[in-house]
Amino acid sequence: MTDLLTRRQIMAGISLLGLGALVGCDPRSGGKLDFKYGKDMSNQILGRSFKLKDTEGNPRTLSSFWGTMPMVFFGFTQCPAVCPTTLARAAQIKKLMGRDGGFLKVVFISLDPERDTPEVLDAYVKAFDPSFVALSGTLEETAAAAREFGVFYEKVPAGDSYTISHTSTSYVFDSRGQLRLGLSHSLTAKECTEDLLTVMEVC
Amino acid sequence: MRHFAQPFKRTLAALALLGLALPAMADTTVSDAWVRATVPHQQSTGAFMTLTASTDSTLVGVKSDVAEIVQVHQMTMDNDVMGMKQVQRVALPAGKAVTLDPNGYHVMLMKLKQQVKEGEVVPLTLEIEDARGQKQTVEVKAPVKALTTEMPMHDHQHMH
Repeated sequence: MTDLLTRRQIMAGISLLGLGALVGCDPRSGGKLDFKYGKDMSNQILGRSFKLKDTEGNPRTLSSFWGTMPMVFFGFTQCPAVCPTTLARAAQIKKLMGRDGGFLKVVFISLDPERDTPEVLDAYVKAFDPSFVALSGTLEETAAAAREFGVFYEKVPAGDSYTISHTSTSYVFDSRGQLRLGLSHSLTAKECTEDLLTVMEVC
Repeated sequence: MRHFAQPFKRTLAALALLGLALPAMADTTVSDAWVRATVPHQQSTGAFMTLTASTDSTLVGVKSDVAEIVQVHQMTMDNDVMGMKQVQRVALPAGKAVTLDPNGYHVMLMKLKQQVKEGEVVPLTLEIEDARGQKQTVEVKAPVKALTTEMPMHDHQHMH
């Protein structure tokens, strides 16, 4: 019984791989993609080995999201401008994708672990969509994750408090963890959706 | 005596009216004010509005009872890096609508005393200085909109 299942699984795996090669999902080639609005990042290796925790304390890496299309965005909950608009856009994208929306996994990485407690982070991202995931780590882990993505961030003093300047790009991976697409903050939900469907066509 | 007194009184009354009218002329109107709702324990949020001053003026401060710190911040976009900094003054040129929105200047309510919920009203006091350095305050009642409220992008940030 176990042998049978295993054989079946192997067969399924082989045919999936075959399909992938057919439609040009071969990571070796880099598979340059033609995006209408976003930046093709297929030839870049970013975010491969970050290790952070979700709001329930489970360790998460890029491989935790294999089989989905992760869209990673860095921010902080006290951010009044870019973060809520980007997350609202992500929720809109998910709706625009229709049935394929379930494939999109929105991952919000906190750049402010000192103030963004897991409780606040969880309530914050889930206010936009219950499927959104928030990750955070120690200051060192946060810095390492940002470095891996080439994300710039810095604390800016503001009176007795501080705010954070940061890169506002959303990074999209295909289902095998290959970085594919960079979406600028200035793009609309509709424009992002077109490019995301291009990623889906390939992988 | 009566003949003189009557016009004199009228002049006085007219002058008094003028005196009252003068500060009113340096007027700032506020429209479309709103505050973004927060989740429990979130410590800060933004307030947004459109200001139009009748004479050249400057926004020099904002106060609100809901937060310990109220500042005006400026957001800039440089190569998809969002820059944020505190500013002390925002110019309000005569007759020009100046928008405080998530894509530029906005009011930051920091160290919130409690959660700001959708449907509530947040009182804000704006301090406006006219060209002669005269200060006046403008009271604003800003309704709280959902955390997920999407804002249309500025045209100039839309680069394609």
